Amino acid sequence: MFRLEARSSTPAWFNLALPLIAIVATLILCSGLIAVAGANIVEAYGVMLSASLGDSYAITETLVRAAPMIFTGLAVAIAFRAKFWNIGAEGQLLAGAVASCFVGAIPMPGYLAMLLMAVAGAAAGALVALVPATLRIKFKVDDVVSSLLLNSVIYYALMALIEGPWKDSFSGYPISPPIEDSANFPVLIEGTRLHLGVIVALIAAPLCWFLIARTTLGFRIRVTGENPEAARYGGINVQRVLISTALLSGALAGLAGAGEVGGVHFQVMSDISPGYGYSGIVVAMLARLNPLGVVPAAVFLAAVMTGAEAMSRATGVPAFLSDVIQGTALLAMLVALLFTAYRVRRVGASA
Amino acid sequence: MTAVFEQIFQVGFLAAIIRIATPLAFATLGEMFSERAGVLNLGIEGIILLSAMTGFTAASLSGSLWLGVLVAVLTGMLMGAVHALFTVALGLSQHVCGIGVTLFSSGLAYFLYRLIFGQQSVPPSIKGFKPVAIPLLSDIPILGPAVFSQFTLVYLAIIAVPLAAFVLYRTPWGLSVRMVGENPRAADSAGVSVIATRFQAVILGGALMGLAGAFLTMAQFNAFTFGVVSGRGWVAIALVVFGRWDPWRSAGAALLFAFVDALQLRMQASGLGHIPYEAFLMLPFIFTIVAMAFMSRNAVAPSALLKPFRREER
Repeated sequence: MFRLEARSSTPAWFNLALPLIAIVATLILCSGLIAVAGANIVEAYGVMLSASLGDSYAITETLVRAAPMIFTGLAVAIAFRAKFWNIGAEGQLLAGAVASCFVGAIPMPGYLAMLLMAVAGAAAGALVALVPATLRIKFKVDDVVSSLLLNSVIYYALMALIEGPWKDSFSGYPISPPIEDSANFPVLIEGTRLHLGVIVALIAAPLCWFLIARTTLGFRIRVTGENPEAARYGGINVQRVLISTALLSGALAGLAGAGEVGGVHFQVMSDISPGYGYSGIVVAMLARLNPLGVVPAAVFLAAVMTGAEAMSRATGVPAFLSDVIQGTALLAMLVALLFTAYRVRRVGASA
Repeated sequence: MTAVFEQIFQVGFLAAIIRIATPLAFATLGEMFSERAGVLNLGIEGIILLSAMTGFTAASLSGSLWLGVLVAVLTGMLMGAVHALFTVALGLSQHVCGIGVTLFSSGLAYFLYRLIFGQQSVPPSIKGFKPVAIPLLSDIPILGPAVFSQFTLVYLAIIAVPLAAFVLYRTPWGLSVRMVGENPRAADSAGVSVIATRFQAVILGGALMGLAGAFLTMAQFNAFTFGVVSGRGWVAIALVVFGRWDPWRSAGAALLFAFVDALQLRMQASGLGHIPYEAFLMLPFIFTIVAMAFMSRNAVAPSALLKPFRREER
C-alpha cells in the first residue's frame, strides 16, 4: 500500500525538477498520438527540437513566439498569486493589440509612437481586467466566469471593428490598416524577426519577480492570495490589492498584444493570437507562479508551437499536437505539484 | 420598426429559441450536477467540443446517428472521469484542472479531427437528425410546430429537466449529491462515500455535456467546425449561477439566454444591416455578464464548491 503523507517543506531543487518531470511525462504521453498518426516518435520530436532550437535563426523565431507568452504568463502568475482568477488574458491581449494599433497608425516620431503604443496596450488590457475585478468586488460575480465571457465579447468587438469601420480599405481581408512604418519595433538582428519587444518581455520577468518578492505591493498580493483573512486582520485593504493586481495583470497581457502589433504583425487581424492568453495559464503553472520561471516555461511552449509546425510539414502529424501538449503539460504539472505538499510513503506490511 | 418586430416574432422564432436552448440546457444541467456535488467543471467547453467531434466522427464513419450520440456521451463521461480523477481523487485546484481539461480536450479534438478527415476546404458533413412531429401535440397552434416538431434530442432535453429535478431532490442518490456538495464531513459521517458520489456526479455531468456536443454536430450544424462550441460551455457555467444551482431555474436561464441569442440572430437578418453582425453576437455574452451581476449577490453556491475532501484531514 502507498499513501500520501503531508510534507512540511520542499527542497529547493523541486522548483526545477517538477516542471522537468511534468514536461518529460507530457512528451511521453503525447508520443502515443504521434504513433497513432503513423509517424516515427523519435523523428517527430527530433524535427520539433531542431526546428525550434536547432540553429540561431530557429532560436530567434522561438523567442519571438515566446515574448507574448512571457507577458501573458506573467499576467496570470501575478493574478493567481493574489487568487484573482484572471482567465481573461486572451481578451486583454486583444484589447491591447487594438489600442496599440490605433496609436501606431498615428504619424509621429518612431520612438514616441512605440512608447505610446506600449502605454495604450497596457492601459487597454488593464481596463479590461478591471471589469472582472470590479464585478467580483461589487457584485460577487465569479471572476473566472466573467473573465472568460469577456474574452468572447472582446473578440467579437475586435471582429466588428476590422470587418466594419476599421477595415483596411486596401485589403480584401478583414484586417486593420497597418501602423506607421516608423512605429514598427526595431529588429535587433538583421535577417531575423527578433524585435525590441522580445527584450522588453525578457526584462519584464525579473522586474515582476522583484515586484512580487521585494516590494510592499508584492507582499500584499502574496498575503491576499495565501490568506485573505490574515491580510484583512493585518490591515491590508484586500479589495484595493485585488484592483491593483487586476490592473497589473491586465496591463501585462495588454503589452503582449502591443508587442504582437508592433513587432510581428504591424496590424490587427482576427487570428493575431493563437490562444496566447490561455497558454499564459500553462506557462504560469509550469513556472509555479514564479515570474523568473515564466521565461523558460514560455520558451518551452514557444518551442513546441514552432516545432509542431515543422514537424507537421515533415511527418504529416497534425500541428495541433502542440495544443494537446499544452493541455497535458498543465495537467501533468498539477499532478507533479502534489509532491510539494505530499510525499508517497509505503505503509503496511509488504511481504 | 413594426416590420422589424413582425419579422422577429414568428412561429419560427419560438422554434429557434428551443433549438438554441437545447445544447445549453444539457450543458447547464451537466455543470449543475457537478457543482451540486462540490466540483466546478471548467473542462466543460473542451468536453463539449471533444464529444461533438467524436460523436460526429462515429456517426460519419458508421452511418448511425444514435451510435454517434452514444460515443459522444461516453466521451463526455470519460472526460468527466478524468476531471474527477484530478479534482476529487487527487484534490487538485478545480479552476486550473478545468482549464487543463479544456485545453487538452480541445487540442485532442482538433488533432484527431485533422488526422481522420485531413484538411478540406469544405468541412465534411453528415445527414443529421430530422425533426420528428409528435402526433396530436404538433397540431396545437404556434406551440405545436415550434415545440413538438423538433429533433428527438430536443424532447430528451425537455424530459431531462424534470428528470434532473427528480433525481436531485427526490432520490437517495440526489440527497447524497447535495450532502457532499454542502457538507462533505457530515455526509461522510452518515456513511456516504464523498469521493464516489462526487465521481458519479461529475461523470453524469460529463454525459450531459456529451449530449450537448452531440446535438451541435448531429442536429444543429451536421458538421464539425473548430468554432462549433464557441463559448457555449462558459455560458453554461454562468447559467448555473444564474439558475441558482436548481434544474428548473437553470433550464429557465438557458431559455432566457436562447431568447436573447435568437433575438440577435433575427436582428442580424432584419433591417438593422448597417450594424456589424458581431455587435449582435456579443449581445448574449454581455447579457450574461450583466445578469450575473444582478444575480450573484444573492446566489448561494454549494458550500463545499471548490473544496477538495480528504478524509484524514479533520
